[in-house]
Amino acid sequence: MKGINRARTGLAGVVATFTVLALAACGGGSDTSGDGGDGGDEGGSDLIRVGFSQLGAESGWRTANTESVKESLSEDAGFDLTFVDAQQKQENQIKALRDFVAQDVDVIAFSPVIETGWDEVLQEIKDSGIPVVLVDRTVDTTVDDPFVTWIGADFKAEGTTAGEWVAENAPDAKIFELQGTLGSGAQVDREEGFGEVVGEQIIGKASGNFTRAEGKTAVEAALQAYPDMTMIFTHNDDMGLGAIEAIEAAGKVPGKDIQIVSVDGVRDGLQALVDKKFNYVVECNPVFGDQLAELITKVADGEDVPKETIVIDKAFDQTITQADVDARAY
Amino acid sequence: MTPTTPAATPSPGPSRATAVWHEVTRHGLFWPVLALVLLLLACGVASPGFLDVTVRDGHLFGQLVDLLRNSATPLLLALGMCLVIATGGIDLSVGAVMAIGLAVSLTYLDTAADPSNIGTVLTAVLLGLVVGAIGGAFNGAMVAGLGIQPFIATMILMVAGRGIAMLITQGQITTVTSPPFKTIGSGFVLGVPTPVVIAVAAFVVVALVVRRTALGMFLESIGINREASRLAGVRSRRTTWTVYVIAGVLAALAGLVYGAPTMAADANNIGLMKELDAIMVVVLGGTKLDGGRFYLGGLLVGAMLLSSLERAVIIFQLPSQTTPLFKAIVLIAVCVAASPTLRAMLRGRRRADRVDTPAAPVEPVSAAEVTA
Repeated sequence: MKGINRARTGLAGVVATFTVLALAACGGGSDTSGDGGDGGDEGGSDLIRVGFSQLGAESGWRTANTESVKESLSEDAGFDLTFVDAQQKQENQIKALRDFVAQDVDVIAFSPVIETGWDEVLQEIKDSGIPVVLVDRTVDTTVDDPFVTWIGADFKAEGTTAGEWVAENAPDAKIFELQGTLGSGAQVDREEGFGEVVGEQIIGKASGNFTRAEGKTAVEAALQAYPDMTMIFTHNDDMGLGAIEAIEAAGKVPGKDIQIVSVDGVRDGLQALVDKKFNYVVECNPVFGDQLAELITKVADGEDVPKETIVIDKAFDQTITQADVDARAY
Repeated sequence: MTPTTPAATPSPGPSRATAVWHEVTRHGLFWPVLALVLLLLACGVASPGFLDVTVRDGHLFGQLVDLLRNSATPLLLALGMCLVIATGGIDLSVGAVMAIGLAVSLTYLDTAADPSNIGTVLTAVLLGLVVGAIGGAFNGAMVAGLGIQPFIATMILMVAGRGIAMLITQGQITTVTSPPFKTIGSGFVLGVPTPVVIAVAAFVVVALVVRRTALGMFLESIGINREASRLAGVRSRRTTWTVYVIAGVLAALAGLVYGAPTMAADANNIGLMKELDAIMVVVLGGTKLDGGRFYLGGLLVGAMLLSSLERAVIIFQLPSQTTPLFKAIVLIAVCVAASPTLRAMLRGRRRADRVDTPAAPVEPVSAAEVTA
């Protein structure tokens, strides 16, 4: 009984926190235009007001990216950041973007959930004259000149890097490709970049939606459907970790009987590399908040910026050491 | 599965055979079972070895075993959903409750001193289930206490639930390492996957409680006419409330089973759209959404059919883009084939045809149809 009471109080606490957060968010929105004079305005006019719509927290990579962005776009650094998590829903993201327009922020930055379906809202932003910085992912739109600049990893180059390693180290491998969420920039571009190099070695593809659980079930089925498979190319580490489970359950040795080539480089993924369960990992560096902050400052000042800023990615093979992994921030 | 009519008459004529055929096809589960069997056979043809079940490292192994394991989650969800639907309600929050249950369990494990301790794991599981019960109690209070439409009442938790789960995990994907907890999802009991054992145990318990006590009858009477059953002395409020609590607990259990193999509390994705899967399983199992009579046995077939469909797409080497389409086609085919209205229409047409050809033996068949 006591336990239940405590749990109830806990839930009430959670609900209360939730409400407070919601209120705080509303307050923040109206403060800037209204009477938020007591302390809030001190030097407030100097801050660059940035609306950032993150697509969600679907992986450790995204979490690291979020932290990096929040850290770099801090008030100390001269930014007034409104951060909205879209929880992987495009409608949430479109709503957030419209809110940013209504709040008339200085710069809008966002990582689109998927590539298509942005025409209307991008046109609205364009009409409002607010510059857009695309982060990490790209959009496919009919709007002319929809964004000022894009910063992120070159997904296609990541796919190509992975493909080149395969071409050099495993030219006879029969590859099953574990796709990310279909239609996402990372899935489309990594698949394209990889396919251009070793497309003929690919014997089958299926989507695991970038999650461990679905990566596991997809590989379970694929082991049956493609018995001669010797390698898995996965579009992110999490699905690869799910694949390890499925391969081990089938009595095979991941990294040996079935090699795994992955993209991301989150700590769990690199750990799998140390444990010789992954064979090659192309990094997709999420800690580029500082580069983003620099870019946004230039955009806000109306300076010319390059159309693309590529975040530098590394790649790791099994020579990676435990110390490298432990030093990993995400 | 399908009722087999004992061959009482030694020489069944053609009309007798037709009657049996009609009896069998009219059974609610005939078409789902047929679809499942055909699908599995097709997989077996497309990929030799699909139907093999072997013993590896002392436990069962094979695609069929995987399918059973993957069916555990939809079955647990559908069990609760079926009872709720029997009362004329619906529970849209089961997917979100899965996420909350898992988030609470894993967050507790994450903060615990020794996540691998059996006692700690049991506490974590219990906490998850209790939170599921609280979620269910909230739904039940809204529906039975305040009389809010179940669709709307449970939608609250469906929408807010993921937010709550996110708050619990602080927006992160909480990952824990705890071998005993992992066993819930990927272990084996006497060679059978643990999720299968859990789901079957839950199924048996629910079936016993519902069919061996008057509860099942109460549920059906509430679903058919709430007011009449209240006047007849059924405590409809309390019964309805209880059913939502059961659904909440089962949903949390499903979340634990689903999330245990990867041990990652991914508040955004765990249980996403699973409420619709659960409703689909209930409907495939022959229970109507407007409440009243419900069929627990059908859930087993429905859950298997659902997970087989998802797997078949890869086995047939179809691109993943076609998965939703493939699912939709099979499900529509099953529902259309099982539609009593359609069959009545066809029967009407056939009877009309027969009137045109007087040679056909009209009488015995139509008599059997009328009595059945």
